[in-house]
Amino acid sequence: MLMSEGDPRLVVEVREVNKNFGRVPALSNLTILVPQGRITVLIGPNGAGKTTAIRVITGALVPDRGRVRTFGYDPDRFGEDVRRRCGVVSAKPALYDRLSGWDNLQYSAELYGLGRNAIGPIREAAGRFGILEALDQQVGGYSTGMKTRLALSRAVLHDPDLLLFDEPTSGLDPESSHAVLDLIREMTDEGRTVVMCTHLLIEAEGLADQIIVLDNGTDLIHGTQENLIRKYWPGDLVRLDAEDPTQLEQLVGLDGVLGMKRTEDATEVELDDMGRVPDLVAALTAAGVRLTRVDPYHPSLEDLYFAIRRERRAPDADQGLGAFPEVTR
Amino acid sequence: MNNQRMLTVMRTDLKQLQQSKDFWVPMVLLGGLFFLVIPTILLSVINSVGNIGTIQQVSQALQLLPQSAQDAVPQAASAGTKVSYVLAVYLLAPIAVIVPLTISTAVGSSSIVGERERGTGEFLAHSPADVKEIYLGKLIASLIPGYITTIVGFGLYSLMVNLIVGPDAGGWFFPTASWWLLILWVLPPFLLIALSLVLRLSARVKSTAAAQQAAGLITFPLILIAYGQSTGALFGGAAVALSAVMGAVAWAIGIALLLSGMRSLTRARLLGVANES
Repeated sequence: MLMSEGDPRLVVEVREVNKNFGRVPALSNLTILVPQGRITVLIGPNGAGKTTAIRVITGALVPDRGRVRTFGYDPDRFGEDVRRRCGVVSAKPALYDRLSGWDNLQYSAELYGLGRNAIGPIREAAGRFGILEALDQQVGGYSTGMKTRLALSRAVLHDPDLLLFDEPTSGLDPESSHAVLDLIREMTDEGRTVVMCTHLLIEAEGLADQIIVLDNGTDLIHGTQENLIRKYWPGDLVRLDAEDPTQLEQLVGLDGVLGMKRTEDATEVELDDMGRVPDLVAALTAAGVRLTRVDPYHPSLEDLYFAIRRERRAPDADQGLGAFPEVTR
Repeated sequence: MNNQRMLTVMRTDLKQLQQSKDFWVPMVLLGGLFFLVIPTILLSVINSVGNIGTIQQVSQALQLLPQSAQDAVPQAASAGTKVSYVLAVYLLAPIAVIVPLTISTAVGSSSIVGERERGTGEFLAHSPADVKEIYLGKLIASLIPGYITTIVGFGLYSLMVNLIVGPDAGGWFFPTASWWLLILWVLPPFLLIALSLVLRLSARVKSTAAAQQAAGLITFPLILIAYGQSTGALFGGAAVALSAVMGAVAWAIGIALLLSGMRSLTRARLLGVANES
């Protein structure tokens, strides 16, 4: 995905942005490029700068340095136009507990220019997230799941082009989380662009079109999950185990073996092609190794994340093969 | 500035206040106590005890009032009626100042910091509403409860004074022209000054409790100044003219503070981001 400055396919351009809170840097040379109609997931630990990045995108915060363009506009100068096209769900639901669900949506409808008679859009947005029946109740009496659904309804009420979700499943049970993630996926099917922050890697798995890993306010790496995994594990992986695991060291030097690493319960072997597995098994068996496990393995986002983090901590240790510090050929 | 959005912020704040019984019930009680209960008891007691020695002594002390005030007191009335008249017209004037300032300050102090505490500041910060619209909407929403209490309380107070003191003072005499000056010209700018300062404070502090404590410090001197102004306005004569001028000065200060206050609110403050200039 090569996109240049001012590319119309980019909904968000955050380039080399710095933002400090007093002496504490919140964003350091952060670059985020968000293509239209895709789900971009920002992952990183607490304090990585995910929330600040969202605030900078809508113009709620002004960066100290760097360039931000949302829909091609500087959100600091054209904040109203930018924010009108954004829908934000923040980490805390940010709802008015003393008001009813309807009043919360009505407030948003009026601020976003839908007027005082936005009955149709309110009913549609609430119905979409299954909260219509509860709109007359005071929000203070809602469950966490209901609050999240209401916050999501409020975010889509004005039909925004860009949706920004900051930990949208925070505090939800697994079933509700799943439903929310399905709804997010649905929204991009309708052509909307989504930026989602999470520190729950399992949420991003399979959902993200683009992953951006943040740490200490900077982007460590970005790309599709597939490409990032290929970058860190260029070969195919298979997990092997044997009655005597030390015998698996015989793999070193065999054709097609790019690297290997002993983990707690298996030996991970990186191969140049998965088609090598039958030959390997035959060779090991012929050498008297009694195999107890042969298991093709696809690294998860979590594996990727920790590989990136390890590489970040020790940048010279294992370039290109983050998970294989014991690589041998 | 989009007036529609400003009014939306104001309306929503008022609606939340309406839902907060724990807030408005004590405020109604406060208004009722100052505008109705205390004056009713005081005036009823003075009226019913008649011309006892103490009342006559107090009546003589009325000669210390400015001449214009003395001229307004019904000369032919009994000592008790004179004392009631003076109490009703002059000495209870600060009620009209203390109650609205207290109520509006209480509402205003939690206004912006409350958004931060609830997390709803995030919603406002990401919304298309300009911070000036948010500030002004919140200021008006803080001003209205105090001023409405004053108007309603003032109406009830007028009724009560006329019913208790009026029959002996030659008919309904309240409100006097000076009271209109107080309510319509002197009080509003002081409310504006207090709220402009309190909202600025509310945007900066970390908690509602801190905002309320600090707001008390800000409004106390204002209450004293407003007390002096209102008393001056009610005494009539040259004091009325002076109060009218002081009212104008207060309006100018209030408007200047309002304009600078509108500039002081930023989205970063709605978010509660530390060390934001």
